[in-house]
Amino acid sequence: MSSKPNTQKGLYLYDYILSGNCYKVRLFLSFLQLDHELIPIDFFPGFEHKQTEFLELNPLGQIPVLMDDGFVLPDAQAILVYLAAKYDSTEAWYPKDPKLQGRITQWLAFADSITGSCSAARLHDKLGFKLNIEQARKKGHQNLRLLDDHLVENKIVGKDWLVLNRPTIADIACFPYVALAEEGGISLNDYPAARSWINRFKKLPQFIVMPGIPPLHGMKNNEGKFFNQEGLCFS
Amino acid sequence: MTKTTDPVAINDWQVIGRIDDFLKGQPKQTRLLGQSLVAERHKNGDIKVHEISELGETLRSCPVQEKFGHVWTTLGKPKRELFDIPEFQQIDRKYVGCGGVMVKASALRVVENFLDIGHFPYVHTDFLGSEPLTEVKDYKAEIRIDVDEVWADDISFHQDKAMLSATGGKAVEYMYRVVSPFNTVLYKTCPEKPEEWDIIGLFAQPLEENLCRVYAFMLVFDSQNTETDLIHFQQMIFFQDIIILENQLPVGVPLYDGAERSIKADKTQLQFRKWLKQKGLQFGTDQET
Repeated sequence: MSSKPNTQKGLYLYDYILSGNCYKVRLFLSFLQLDHELIPIDFFPGFEHKQTEFLELNPLGQIPVLMDDGFVLPDAQAILVYLAAKYDSTEAWYPKDPKLQGRITQWLAFADSITGSCSAARLHDKLGFKLNIEQARKKGHQNLRLLDDHLVENKIVGKDWLVLNRPTIADIACFPYVALAEEGGISLNDYPAARSWINRFKKLPQFIVMPGIPPLHGMKNNEGKFFNQEGLCFS
Repeated sequence: MTKTTDPVAINDWQVIGRIDDFLKGQPKQTRLLGQSLVAERHKNGDIKVHEISELGETLRSCPVQEKFGHVWTTLGKPKRELFDIPEFQQIDRKYVGCGGVMVKASALRVVENFLDIGHFPYVHTDFLGSEPLTEVKDYKAEIRIDVDEVWADDISFHQDKAMLSATGGKAVEYMYRVVSPFNTVLYKTCPEKPEEWDIIGLFAQPLEENLCRVYAFMLVFDSQNTETDLIHFQQMIFFQDIIILENQLPVGVPLYDGAERSIKADKTQLQFRKWLKQKGLQFGTDQET
């Protein structure tokens, strides 16, 4: 791999710039303002994640993988839970409440279904992966319908996000592949609540972009500051 | 759709993949100009390409060449050799192929976007430009009749992170070269070797009028970054463009007067369109009805 950490110390993310699952971890690391180093993986065209060296790290051959002081953790959703539990002292992103944690975990599992549909369609349409595209898009639309309806129902009871009236890791887990759905030929036209939710994300402090998820141009965040590409705000 | 009848597109060399995409005993099906093709690397190492029918029957065999890290074929009889990029012979350059990315747009739109400097601060914010430094200073753009190419020259633009090897924002010099309608390269200031130019290129495979696969590559002097670092940088830039490319209307590049409003910064684009019109290219264009 390009640059394997020499030392076990520190926080590392095995990362691919175009991966929504890697992006959700980058986004959460930014929200938590945690120092970390990215280790780029040649997912495409090199398929480095399917090669021996990477498979030793994650036998499933999937990105992202987090390494924290030598502790190796694959799976984007697992990483969100781990980072929240370990580093979010405010407990805002993954509250220590059994019912809320159950609810959040429901959405973490749902995020995998979004990956299996919306992300699959995008891999087909953009990188030429061979898969059943009609089925992926159909399932993608079903998932988006469900998410959009849920956001509408929440809005009626005064909640702007999936679980609470503030974002949790449930929102972060579901966000990237919904925002990238159009790259897989899945239009967001019929999901206005999801589109508003995407825009709310873009106004959060420390929000960062990825290719395909541009900033709200000229928009100010909650603190009245403009964004730049790194999500850093300036007046 | 079916195979185009456009003689200009047919009688030219077109890219169909990276050299690494074709392995022995693994025939690959692809599309070119609305025609299905099958390409296979045989035991002796040669790649054979055939047009195939809707039912998969083998039709005519197509000429093939492997050059610039990619595989080229033609559906007709090219009037000229495949273009040359002499910098491929400089062995101390780092060659990085970024793989084929599908774009739901005319291949010509992709080339045009590549030639456009004006969009840098807005689409590639903090990398290839940033507000308020959005001015495109006057530059030269021309059709070079002797080589039958479009060139743009004397371009200088402020960039924050022009290349992965660049440190700090600075004015970066550019030259653009359109070598054939679907293929283009740019030359830009090389942060590591000021006497040389770094090269970035796009080879676009026109699959259908409104669909293409784009192979980006770099030919650079960069001792600091790994191949993966460079691929990530280039893919990041390209995927920032895709959202724009897939939403442009009309889908084809309009070649008639008054179709779009242009400004001075669009000189290269205007020369490119004029050149396409002179050639009589139809595939991927929008002709006034």
